[in-house]
Amino acid sequence: MADDLKPTALASMDEDRKFTINFGPQHPAAHGVLRLVLELDGEIVERVDPHIGLLHRGTEKLMEARTYLQNIPYFDRLDYVAPMNQEHAFCLAIERLLGLEVPYRGQLIRVLYSEIGRILNHLLNITTQAMDVGALTPPLWGFEEREKLMIFYERASGARLHANYFRPGGVHQDLPDALVDDIEKWAKEFPKALADIEALVTENRIFKQRNVDIGVVSKEQALAWGFSGVMLRGSDIAWDLRKSQPYECYAELDFEVPVGKNGDCWDRYLCRVEEMKESLKIMQQCIDRLRNNPGPVLSTDHKVTPPRRAEMKRSMEALIEHFKLYTEGFRTPPGEVYAAVEAPKGEFGVYVISDGTNKPYRCKIAAPGFKHLQAMDWMNRGHLLADVSAILGSLDIVFGEVDR
Amino acid sequence: MSGAGTPKAMKALASAAKKACGKAVIDSKVAFGEVTITVKREQIVDVLRTLRDDLGFQQLVDLCGADFPTRADRFDIVYHLLSLTRNERIRVKVSTDEAAPVPSAIPVYPSAEWFEREAFDMYGVFFSDHPDLRRMLTDYGFEGHPLRKDFPMTGYVEVRYDDELKRVVYEPVKLAQEFRSFDFLSPWEGADYVKWSGQLPGDEKAGGKA
Repeated sequence: MADDLKPTALASMDEDRKFTINFGPQHPAAHGVLRLVLELDGEIVERVDPHIGLLHRGTEKLMEARTYLQNIPYFDRLDYVAPMNQEHAFCLAIERLLGLEVPYRGQLIRVLYSEIGRILNHLLNITTQAMDVGALTPPLWGFEEREKLMIFYERASGARLHANYFRPGGVHQDLPDALVDDIEKWAKEFPKALADIEALVTENRIFKQRNVDIGVVSKEQALAWGFSGVMLRGSDIAWDLRKSQPYECYAELDFEVPVGKNGDCWDRYLCRVEEMKESLKIMQQCIDRLRNNPGPVLSTDHKVTPPRRAEMKRSMEALIEHFKLYTEGFRTPPGEVYAAVEAPKGEFGVYVISDGTNKPYRCKIAAPGFKHLQAMDWMNRGHLLADVSAILGSLDIVFGEVDR
Repeated sequence: MSGAGTPKAMKALASAAKKACGKAVIDSKVAFGEVTITVKREQIVDVLRTLRDDLGFQQLVDLCGADFPTRADRFDIVYHLLSLTRNERIRVKVSTDEAAPVPSAIPVYPSAEWFEREAFDMYGVFFSDHPDLRRMLTDYGFEGHPLRKDFPMTGYVEVRYDDELKRVVYEPVKLAQEFRSFDFLSPWEGADYVKWSGQLPGDEKAGGKA
């Protein structure tokens, strides 16, 4: 670049002001490994070129060589902030291929843990969004609550993050009653913690100065760029797959879909806060129903789901089925399905092409973050450099799912 | 079941799409509660525009490739569209090979830009009139298209930090143990898959000998 340099006296003001900088990949506000090449005119952003793929692990290629059951853990590693919601989409895809029904109690547990995942995700997002614009305390308070939720993950599945808990046909294990009680206890206490976080952030002068009217997305833009989830609802489009294309038992549960008015970063923040309150409502309804609905949590079609361990001690048939499932796995009929769930970040879809064997022929993971990150360019144009991190924070990006 | 409509609504959508897009549609089918139409590659932009403007499919949810090496046109490009007003989904497919470019969907759905870059990166499918067809997910300077079926799972190069050179070096992949891919498919249970594939596993070997 040395020969580009001219004596300052000769250079016009314009040439002096324009330059290119790297934002990330090792920047705390880049939410992972994002490299943004920013073209700036002074402090005004003229162009953003996100370079992604630094966390690309070839998940889709790896999945083609593994059986369906072996593939479920890969979904925990996509959006690692709310792992079970991802597994959910893959299980729904397999269930649609097989025409498999999930027992009612299994559906309740799935919904309960999907909503725990939603709160896990939104807690991380709103508090780190506050951190991106300078607040240090909210993440500490938010992470304390996240920690409690991850313990619920651990008590159900044995792992705080890589749960591998949702299986085709239901969930792996039933919840002990004590766990249901503890989740209820937490759900009764959490509004207080949320109110504390809100008191710190929502009407905070600096937070509002940094987020109100920043990164405005119009309805038309939100549709054209394939936005989903909060990015869509923040722009006043009441669209939620849990309502419009209900899966599991969402149709019978009572909850609202909060929408924003202006489509700016602050509205998206408010949407997420309200969604957490709605999630609590859903969780409470699931807990009430769980108490009144004992029964299987996993389909009893043992061509797809493993038999219970106790059965295997006595039944030859169960032993064979177990062996077959964990070596060969189950087969799906040939065909293709696209199943989507309302993940915390937006519509998380899985497109599976099956060729009738025990492995997916092709599995495409349609992550919401990928489409949202693509919008960085036009959303940032004309904004100041400092707004880049505010906008990025409100997009709710996790690189596990963007890079796959 | 999420997103899956009633059979009647699916059939109605399939025929509406066929009618709106006219001769561009090669095939349409309803399976697993989902509508798929296969269209001619050259007319994909017109088809997408018709679906967006006349049938209300406002969003491109996903665009991806798929590789079928045995076919003459080995790649499928699959578009998943969503209509928020009709509350329906439709899948549009075109096929292509290594050389023939697919017209870019960016004029209709701007969100196609990164998807097409990804499909190019993963499969080496070209998109004509794409403004910036760079690689998306793979490393800077990467060679090959990893999601092709003939690309090995282990790849060709690996990287490590060289302490003497003080930089990351690229080397051919060395495996301590040969990559093993087990075939667990068995002909037991007289299951439906025998119907799907038309023969028992192993039959193809006997066929080759005779």
